[in-house]
Amino acid sequence: MSAAGGTPLLLAYAAAACSLLSGAVSLFAVRRHPGFLHFGSFLFLFAAGAASIASGGWALLADLTLTDQFALGPPWLRWYVRLDPLSGFFMLLLGTLVLAISLYGPSYTREFARGEARQPLPPLGVFTALFVLGMQMLLLADDALVFMIFWEMMSLSGYFLVVYQHQHAANRHAAFLYLLLAHVGALVILISFGVLAAFGGGLSFDQMRSASLTPLWATLAFAFAFFGFGVKAGVVPLHVWLPDAHPVAPSHISAMMSGAMIKMGIYGIVRVSYDLIGHVRWEWGVVVLIVGTASALLGVLYAIMQHDLKRLLAYHSIENIGIILMGLGLSMIFLGSGHKVLGTLGLVAALYHTLNHALFKGLLFLGAGAVLYRTHERDLEHMGGLIHRMPVTALMFLVGCVAISALPPFNGFVSEWLTFQTALQAPALKNGVLRAIIPIAAALLALAAALAAACFVKAFGIAFLGKPRTRRVAHAREVPAGMLGGMGLLATLCLLLGVFPTSVIEAMAPITQLLVHEALPSAAVQGWLWLTPISPEVASYSAPFLVIAIVVVFGVGYVFLKRRAAPWRTGDPWDCGFGQLNHRMQYTSTAFSQPIRRVFGAVWKVEEDVETVAGAGPIPRAKSIHYQLHVQDWSWLKCYVPIGHLVLAAARRIGVIQTGNIHTYLKYSFATLLFFLWIVS
Amino acid sequence: MDSQLIAWVLAAAQALLFVAAAPLLAGWVKCVKCRLQNRAAPSVWQPYRDLAKLLKKRMVLAENASWLFRAVPYIVFGAMLLAAAVVPLIAVRLPTAAIADVIVLVGFFALARFFTALAGMDIGTAFGGMGASREMMVSALAEPALLMAAFTLSMTAATTNLSIATEYVLQAGLVLRPSFLFALLALAMVTVAECSRIPVDNPATHLELTMLHEAMILEYGGRYLALIEWASQIKLMIYAVVIVDFFLPWGIAREFTAAALAVGAVAVTAKLMLLGVLLVAWETVLAKMRLFRVPQFLGFAFLLSVLGMLTHVVLETGG
Repeated sequence: MSAAGGTPLLLAYAAAACSLLSGAVSLFAVRRHPGFLHFGSFLFLFAAGAASIASGGWALLADLTLTDQFALGPPWLRWYVRLDPLSGFFMLLLGTLVLAISLYGPSYTREFARGEARQPLPPLGVFTALFVLGMQMLLLADDALVFMIFWEMMSLSGYFLVVYQHQHAANRHAAFLYLLLAHVGALVILISFGVLAAFGGGLSFDQMRSASLTPLWATLAFAFAFFGFGVKAGVVPLHVWLPDAHPVAPSHISAMMSGAMIKMGIYGIVRVSYDLIGHVRWEWGVVVLIVGTASALLGVLYAIMQHDLKRLLAYHSIENIGIILMGLGLSMIFLGSGHKVLGTLGLVAALYHTLNHALFKGLLFLGAGAVLYRTHERDLEHMGGLIHRMPVTALMFLVGCVAISALPPFNGFVSEWLTFQTALQAPALKNGVLRAIIPIAAALLALAAALAAACFVKAFGIAFLGKPRTRRVAHAREVPAGMLGGMGLLATLCLLLGVFPTSVIEAMAPITQLLVHEALPSAAVQGWLWLTPISPEVASYSAPFLVIAIVVVFGVGYVFLKRRAAPWRTGDPWDCGFGQLNHRMQYTSTAFSQPIRRVFGAVWKVEEDVETVAGAGPIPRAKSIHYQLHVQDWSWLKCYVPIGHLVLAAARRIGVIQTGNIHTYLKYSFATLLFFLWIVS
Repeated sequence: MDSQLIAWVLAAAQALLFVAAAPLLAGWVKCVKCRLQNRAAPSVWQPYRDLAKLLKKRMVLAENASWLFRAVPYIVFGAMLLAAAVVPLIAVRLPTAAIADVIVLVGFFALARFFTALAGMDIGTAFGGMGASREMMVSALAEPALLMAAFTLSMTAATTNLSIATEYVLQAGLVLRPSFLFALLALAMVTVAECSRIPVDNPATHLELTMLHEAMILEYGGRYLALIEWASQIKLMIYAVVIVDFFLPWGIAREFTAAALAVGAVAVTAKLMLLGVLLVAWETVLAKMRLFRVPQFLGFAFLLSVLGMLTHVVLETGG
C-alpha cells in the first residue's frame, strides 16, 4: 500500500523531534544541574525510542509505504521522505536500542558527573541526540541529498562521542581513524549515488529506481556502495577503525554503535542493491559471500585474542556483520540465478541476524558497561568472580553470551540456522563451482560459530566466574535498577525472538515483498509452533517445543532429584594436596586462548617474549620470569601501513610546490582561475 | 487423531528407552574393552550401579561454587535428553523428529559443552580452566567437520531432518556412494573426539595433563556427577545411533506395529553392539595423542568431509 503522509510517518517525525529536544535539554546540563542530562535528556530519548518503535512497527506490520516531501534547501531540490517496511524494520531495531539505553543511561552517565571520570555533560547529551537523529532521518531519507546529510550527521556526532573522554591519547587516535575511514566511506557512497543519479536523472531514490543501468554500470554502482557501506559495517579489511572506536566510547554509546550504527551499513547495502539498483546479480553475491565469510572467521579469530572485554565485543561485531553478509550473499546468488524463494530465505536470514545482533550485542555492551561502572576495569585479566557480586548482571550477560554463541533456544541460533538452511539449498544451482563453495562457506560459518562459543566461554568464564583477581573487583556491587532494566529488556527480547521465530519471519514478509516481490510461503505452513523455511520435509525447528521440553525436564528433575536429596555441604576445591589455592593460579584470558593461538598461528602477528632472570647459586632456577605477548592484526600492517607510507611520500613530493612565498601562491590562484575559465568557455 | 497420539506416546517411549539404554552401551564398551585387553571385565550393568550410587550420595560442593555450577548438570542432562528425543532409534516417522534437525542436534551438543566449560571455570582452579580451554579448542575444530559431513548427507537426501534422511537412505537401497564413505570416516573421527575417547581424550584417566573432559567436571560429585556422566553416555549413544541411521538404517521400523518395532529394536541393538566392538578395537590399537596433534587429527577429519562433499557435487549430482 502506498500513500502520502499518514500517522506512522507523523510518529517518525515525532521521534526525530524528541531526539532533537533531548539534545536541546542536555545543553542545560552544566555541572550544577546534571539532572537535565540524567532525566530530561534520557526522558526524551525514551520517547524517541518508543515513537520509533511505534512508527517502524506500524509501517512494517501494516505493510505501509508512506511518502512525503519538504521544500527545504535550494528551490530546485526538495527533500523526499519515505517510510516503507524496510526502513520501518530498521527503525524498529533502532528504537529498541534507544529505549534500552534510555533506561540504562541515567545511572551510567552519573559516572561522568562526578568522581575520577568527570567530564562536561552537555556534549554527551547533544551528540547522543544528534547521533540518534541522524540514524532516524537517514532511514527516512528518500533522496541521496537527505541521506548523505544525515549519514554525515551520524558519522560526525559519532566522532564526538568516541572522543568524549579525550584526555586519553588512545581515544583521540581511535576517533581520528574512525573519522578518516567514515569519510572515505562516505565519499565512495557518494560516487555510487552519483552513478545511479546520472542514469536516473535526479537525486531522488524514485528516479534512481526507475533508471535502467547497463550491467557494467550496475556492477560499478553496487561495488562502490558495497565498499562505502562496508566501511561503516566494518567488513574485513575495512574494519580497522571499529575495534578501536567502539570500546573507547561510553558503554551505552558502544551499544548504539555496535547495535545500530554499523547496521546502517547493512541498511545501505540492502537499500542500494535490492531497491535502487533492483536486479541483483549472482556475481555480486559471490563477492559478498566471500567477504562475509572472511569477516566472520577473521573477526572471531581476532576477538578471541583480546583481553579487553569491550574490544573483544567490538571484534565480534565484525564476525556478526560477516554472518549477515553471508546471508545476503547467498540471497543474491539465489536471486541472481532465478531462485526467488531461496533468495528470499537468504534475505530473511540476513535481516533476522541483523536484528538479533543488535539485541545481543547491545546487551553485551551494556553488560560490559555495568562491569566497567562498578569496577572501572575493561581488562579481563583483572576481573573474576563477578557472578557472586553482580548476580543479575551476570545472568543478563550470560543470556547475551548464549545468544551470540548461536545456542538454542536463543535468537542467534535461529538466524544462523536459517543461514545454514539457505546454504544447504546449493544443489538447486546449476553452477558446479558455486555448489561446491557454498557448503564450504557454511562449514566455515560453523567454525566461526564454534570459535565464538569458545570466545564467550572465555569472556564470561574469566570475567564472571572463578575468583576475583583484583580488590576492586572483589568489592563490586550490583548496578542500579535502571541499568538492569535496560539490559533486561534486551535479554527478554533475545529469548522471545529465539522462541517465536515463525511469528518474526511472518512479520518480515512485507520487507521481502517490497524488495523481491516474494515471501516465504511455507515458513509457517504447520502453524506458529513449527518453523519450516522451505518445506516440512526439508527442515523443521520448533523452539516453543524445546522450551516446553526444557521446562518439563527441569520440573521432573527438580521433583525427583532435588527435593528428595540430602543437602550438600561445602568444602575446599581439589588442590592436589598442595594447600591453599589462590586467584593467581586460575587460568587467565591469555592462557585460555593459547591453544587456539597455537592452532591458527598464522592469522595474527604474534610476538611472544619470555625473559628469565636466573637466580644465584649452583642449582639453575629462575628468580623472576617476565612474559610478554603482543598479538596484532595483519590487515593493519599489510594494508594500512603501506597506504599510510604512500600518502606521506606523495605529500612530500607535492610539498615541493609549497614555497611559503605569497607571490607564488597568487600565481597559482591566477593559473587555476584561467584554467577553469578555459574549461567553462 | 488416534494415530497421532500413538505416535507421540511411542516417541516419548523411544526417548525414555534411549536414555535408559545409554549406560548399557557404555557398559558394553567397557566390558568388551576389558576382555580384549585381557583384563577381568565388570558386568555390563556396572554403569547403572555407579549411577545409582552417585545419585544417592551426599554432595560436596567447592566453596566458590555459584548458582551456575549447580544449574549446569541439569542443563547438560536436559540438552542430551532433548537430543536423544529427536534421533530415530527403533522407528522413523515419529513426530519428535520434526522438533529439531541435525543442525539443532549439533546445537544441543554445543549448548551442553558451553555450559560444561563454564562450570569448569566456575570454581577457579587451574584444572577447570585447562579443561575448558582445551575442550573448546577441540570442539571448535570438530564442529565444522561434523557439520560438513552432515551437510554432505543432507544434500544427498535433500533434508536435514534425521528421520526423513534415514528413510531416504532406506528407499535408495544399497547404493555405494563415495561421498558417504568419506562422510562416514569423518563422522567416526569426530565422534571419537567429541565423546572424549582415545586418541583425543581418555575417559578412564585422571592423570592431570591428559584430561580434557574430566578436567572440567573434576569438582562435581554425587548426583551432579551422575547427571553429567549419564549425559556423556547418552551423547556417545546419540553419535552411534546417528551413524547407524545414516549409513546402515536397515531394520528400523517404518510402521508402528509390534512386529516392526521388535525387529527395529533387535536390529539397532545388534548394530550398536557391533559399533561398540569397533570402537573398542580402535581404542585398543591406538594410543592417546599429544594435545597439539589433535588439530591435525581433526583437520584430517574436516578434509575427509570436504572431499566427501566435493565428491557428491562432482560425481553424484551430474548437473
